[in-house]
Amino acid sequence: MAERKVLPREDERCFLLSRLGADSPKPRVKLGGVFCSVQDAFDNKTLNFESFSPAPARRGARGRHVVPRQEEHPSDHGKGPLHILCSFLFQSDHLIIKGGKIVNDDQSFYADIYIEDGVIKQIGENLIVPGGAKIIDAYGHIVIPGGIDVNTRLHAPFLGMNPADDFYHGTQAALAGGTTMIIDHVLPEPGTSLLAAFDQWRDLADKSSCCDYSLHVDITRWHEGLVEELEALVKDKGVNSFLIFMAYKDKFQSTDTQMYEAFGVLRDLGAIAQVHAENGDIIEEEQKKLLDLGITGPEGHVLSHPEEVETEAVFRAITIAKQANCPLYITKVMSKSAADVIAQARKKGMVVYGEPITASLGTDGSHYWSKNWAKAAAYVMAPPLNPEPGTSDYLNSLLSCGDLQVTGSAHSTFTTAQKAVGKDNFTLIPEGTNGIEERMSVIWEKAVVAGKMDENEFVAVTSTNAAKIFNLYPRKGRIAVGADADIVIWNPKEARIFSAKSHNSTVECNIFEGMECRGSPAVVISQGKVVLEAGKLNVTEGSGRFVPRKSFPDFVYKRIKARTRMADARGVPRGQYDGPVHDVISATKSVPPTPTGRGPTCPGKAQITPARNLHQSGFTLSGTQMDDHIPRRTAQRIVAPPGGRSNITSLS
Amino acid sequence: MSHFERRCNKEEDLPVYLARPGSASQSASQSPRQKSYGMFSSVEGAFENKSIALESYCAQRKRSRSRENLADGDSGGSVLSCPPSDRQGDRRTPGLEIERPSGEEFLRRDERGGQSDRLLIKGGRVVNDDLSFFADIYLEDGVIKQLGENLIVPGGVKIIEANGRMVIPGGIDVNTCLQKPYLGTQTVDDFFQGTKAALAGGTTMIVDHVTPQPGASLLQAFEKWQEAADKKSCCDYSLHVDIPHWHEGVKEELEVLVQEKGINSFQVYMAYKDLYQMTDTQLYEAFSFLKELGAVVLVHAENGDLIAQEQSKILGMGITGPEGHALSRPEELEAEAVFRAITLGNRVNCPVYITKVMSKSAADIVALSRKKGSVVFGEPITASLATDGTHYWSKNWAKAAAFVMSPPLSPDPTTPDHLNSLLACGDLQVVGSAHCAYSTSQKAIGKDNFTLIPEGTNGVEERMSFVWDKAVAVGKMDENQFVAVSSTNAAKIFNLYPRKGRIAVGSDGDIVIWDPDKMKTITAKTQQSAVEYNIFEGMECRGGPLVVISQGKIVYEDGKLHVQQGVGRFIPRKPFADYIYQRITMRSKTMAARGVSRGMYDGPVYDIPATPKYVTPAPSTKTSPAKNQPPPIRNLHQSNFSLSGAQVDDNVPRRSGHRIVAPPGGRSNITSLG
Repeated sequence: MAERKVLPREDERCFLLSRLGADSPKPRVKLGGVFCSVQDAFDNKTLNFESFSPAPARRGARGRHVVPRQEEHPSDHGKGPLHILCSFLFQSDHLIIKGGKIVNDDQSFYADIYIEDGVIKQIGENLIVPGGAKIIDAYGHIVIPGGIDVNTRLHAPFLGMNPADDFYHGTQAALAGGTTMIIDHVLPEPGTSLLAAFDQWRDLADKSSCCDYSLHVDITRWHEGLVEELEALVKDKGVNSFLIFMAYKDKFQSTDTQMYEAFGVLRDLGAIAQVHAENGDIIEEEQKKLLDLGITGPEGHVLSHPEEVETEAVFRAITIAKQANCPLYITKVMSKSAADVIAQARKKGMVVYGEPITASLGTDGSHYWSKNWAKAAAYVMAPPLNPEPGTSDYLNSLLSCGDLQVTGSAHSTFTTAQKAVGKDNFTLIPEGTNGIEERMSVIWEKAVVAGKMDENEFVAVTSTNAAKIFNLYPRKGRIAVGADADIVIWNPKEARIFSAKSHNSTVECNIFEGMECRGSPAVVISQGKVVLEAGKLNVTEGSGRFVPRKSFPDFVYKRIKARTRMADARGVPRGQYDGPVHDVISATKSVPPTPTGRGPTCPGKAQITPARNLHQSGFTLSGTQMDDHIPRRTAQRIVAPPGGRSNITSLS
Repeated sequence: MSHFERRCNKEEDLPVYLARPGSASQSASQSPRQKSYGMFSSVEGAFENKSIALESYCAQRKRSRSRENLADGDSGGSVLSCPPSDRQGDRRTPGLEIERPSGEEFLRRDERGGQSDRLLIKGGRVVNDDLSFFADIYLEDGVIKQLGENLIVPGGVKIIEANGRMVIPGGIDVNTCLQKPYLGTQTVDDFFQGTKAALAGGTTMIVDHVTPQPGASLLQAFEKWQEAADKKSCCDYSLHVDIPHWHEGVKEELEVLVQEKGINSFQVYMAYKDLYQMTDTQLYEAFSFLKELGAVVLVHAENGDLIAQEQSKILGMGITGPEGHALSRPEELEAEAVFRAITLGNRVNCPVYITKVMSKSAADIVALSRKKGSVVFGEPITASLATDGTHYWSKNWAKAAAFVMSPPLSPDPTTPDHLNSLLACGDLQVVGSAHCAYSTSQKAIGKDNFTLIPEGTNGVEERMSFVWDKAVAVGKMDENQFVAVSSTNAAKIFNLYPRKGRIAVGSDGDIVIWDPDKMKTITAKTQQSAVEYNIFEGMECRGGPLVVISQGKIVYEDGKLHVQQGVGRFIPRKPFADYIYQRITMRSKTMAARGVSRGMYDGPVYDIPATPKYVTPAPSTKTSPAKNQPPPIRNLHQSNFSLSGAQVDDNVPRRSGHRIVAPPGGRSNITSLG
């Protein structure tokens, strides 16, 4: 009843807005929601559909006849629920969602949605739609943009093992959980071509993905030669985000220098730098220490990846990104302190985003000490789940207040048999947990049901923010005319218990086993087709399209661009120093430069000589000295200029 | 109500307990424990064996106010007693009289070629880090022999009438570089010049950095430094040794240094890429090793990788002046490295000492991690407490270059205030000077390239005065905390306590009579240091030493120095300083990781291809030839799992099929989901 009462008011406001939009000096109207955009900011991108809603109402009153399009589906005249089931098999391109409350990240309102050709064509009340459209009843439910899972690894190998969930199984699970788009990580072998790896991933995903997807590319070994490939990926292939590892020493790890260089290149290309933030050097030392102590079980994994090591790397990544003036995206925020560092950096003005994942929001790391090896091993991922049980609540709070912005799942599953490769050595346990299917429900349960977050923020953290950051907005992440028809009808009340028996992933062990979540998708529409209804999945392998993403997303780069203009350092114009200069002997005491970095140096990379040595020879004014062989000279030679000292060196 | 009254009574009784002469040791068991004030106050009675129970004398003094009878007994010299003055009102410049012994005492003094060994400081207010009290101090043979009122001293002593002035332990400057080589030149202030300046500023002990060249022997460098200092130093000194390059071979030398040479602190560098910089792995190893030795790890905290990048960027932009130095070393890089160093310290459970805290954010990180329980110490320096980095943009090249040091002074002018506040509240603990003075002509080596400007500023002479001026005179800090940050904390951290850093019986006779109202304008014309440019030029400073006594001898009075080259002794320092290692030792005991005892996993195991798909790990660390590189862990056990040898499809990059090796006995329930 309450919902019904709201209706007229919504309508009135819509009418009001449409009126206001007519005049040129518009008063700014602030909409609700933390991430609400300034009104009209997206005018050129989307239709101001609020202003349309009164018009159809009037038109409807006039009683214009709705002519069904005969040529499309002549049989689709009826509108009963029975008919929906009948037309289910046809996969009608025309859909109308009726009576639902549309929830975007900025506001909620009641309206019907008409979908054609996989795109939202109309939004409003009393829509004039062609006949034969399948009608979906959404009364009592909310209608939200389909979730976007920004972090999955459905093909990334670990020690030559491929994840148990490939693109088919993974996207199926995603759709079952209300996620209609994934962004998967391409993990090239260190030293191999990024483009080749990207093509390999695309081939696989095109063949088997059931929902739209996009790809991040991981930079497993940075060298100058990658610049061209990156440029090709950004400009021709539609990739605008790249991940750099600060962990996995001697394998993927990048040094600070490499990160700085990479960040500079990515900024110039307009891409987003993602980091896997953990200090690989410390982890390796800790691993050695623990193995020496005789700890070989999964608890060794969490002991060797302590929270601080994650926090330190997050802090360092932010510092480097600040220096390079590059937007930064921290994948897998797993601990309180790491999240705090991000929140603080944002308060200081950094362009940095944090992504907690399903696992860190829904469970904790106490299970690493489980007596059941298989269970303990199932939780192994990096950075590990924090053993402190309060972590998930804390991360949900930060997510609610906007300090963290995006949620991923880091879905990368390995079967127990695969995990058992590390049964005698925790460092060999393949890292990864499930979460793609549970993501939306976990957030609903932990944040919305708990009262931390409202439904608009729920939409923001599950899809809209991700779409904005990765430049998919407003095609994805919003219910608006012209947007892709990736829509979820969310039942906020239906409870669901996660279990390995009922989930769509192929692994035997679900880390959320037994967790009860209120809120689950009732109907999922992907590309304008109903893929989940009444608990039944109806997916088509290979129907997922690759969604290219343009560089320089406004949401991220507007600020960066402004800062680039501001950040010009200027030197001080001074007269030439003409005082005495101490004479330097030419034999330098410094050792030949050896690599001091954290990661493997690339053979292809030209070694940069250190700055201090670069200009050193310029000062050997008097050539070799008699006493060059003497290590240090105690006497000081002052070269007085012929003209005597000028007063520029005087002490003032 | 009655309870409250009883408590009140007890409080009133307390002075009486304490007033009982010598009661402290007898009635310790009955008297309730009294907490003294001060952040670093020690529990009463903790130092009973080290120092006299001073409180008992305090009370006595109150009863017998007559000061004339102090100078009784058989003191040979006559006392020139000046009217007792309260500290505030007294404006007479020296404010104290020094009575010379006469006759035979003079002869003896001449024989020894120095001043009298016996000194009596009368009527001073002794200020330690935990409390202040009025007492006389009797020094003999460079050691404090007696402390109290109505001392019975032998004749012929020189008497200093302090007239109620503050008498504080001599300052300890924990960070100087008086022999640091740079491209074949050396600092203009050597051990003689530097220690002279130190004494003139009220610092009676320095701890200098030995900076060996990368690849050179630490021991040889140490001996060279010690030789130079023994010859030239005018005050007691000790040495830190910098580790320019970590490799296995260093370990032996470190062990010798700690166990035989009396060194308990070593500096590692996170900056100076390709020169001194260590990777995190090396830092981890170094921290672990130094912790085992019981040493303190000093960290030069700046991210060298990023600095190198910024330097080449800024040189590329055509900025070559000293402002490039500040631009290429922004505050964030310091803060980042401090954070990383503390993280490493926490992981290894090793005490970390951050040298040269120069920025607000770095100091905040030190403070924050102390609150989280890390054993970490922060050392702001004279320059960061008194001035800021705006001068890098000076139009005068020589002036701008004089400020060049790293980490650089923060251009934020509110930094000194913030650092002084943190110092006052105990979040930062020690004040150094990082005195490393190069002449303008030496600085001019980098006139066309800021990266070549030798780094270092002056500060050893001004250190005490600026802490007084910026923290005590403005009311942030009290005099006890002043003593704590200028000497006591340093002595505790580096295991010199209570020989240094405290005025107590048995302590060294390193004493300063401090004038809190002395005004001085800092200028290169009147300083002791040899540099032409003083970075504090023209600054007015309140507070300074009146008399400085080093090793029981007056070395500074009436603005005149009487120093002797080479009298400074090397003070060896033992490892495992209680002040820091008590906590570390306890933590090592409790923090041990424990595994979970499980049944053997006997489920199916996935068969991985025998050939690893990733390339052989390239050495990512600065490996020395002596060091045998341990193979990375992940490869170590890998071959154990190639159960079925080479595969047909080994040449195929990735296998899509999964092979499950089922054990003959079938799955056991240990793998079941429960």
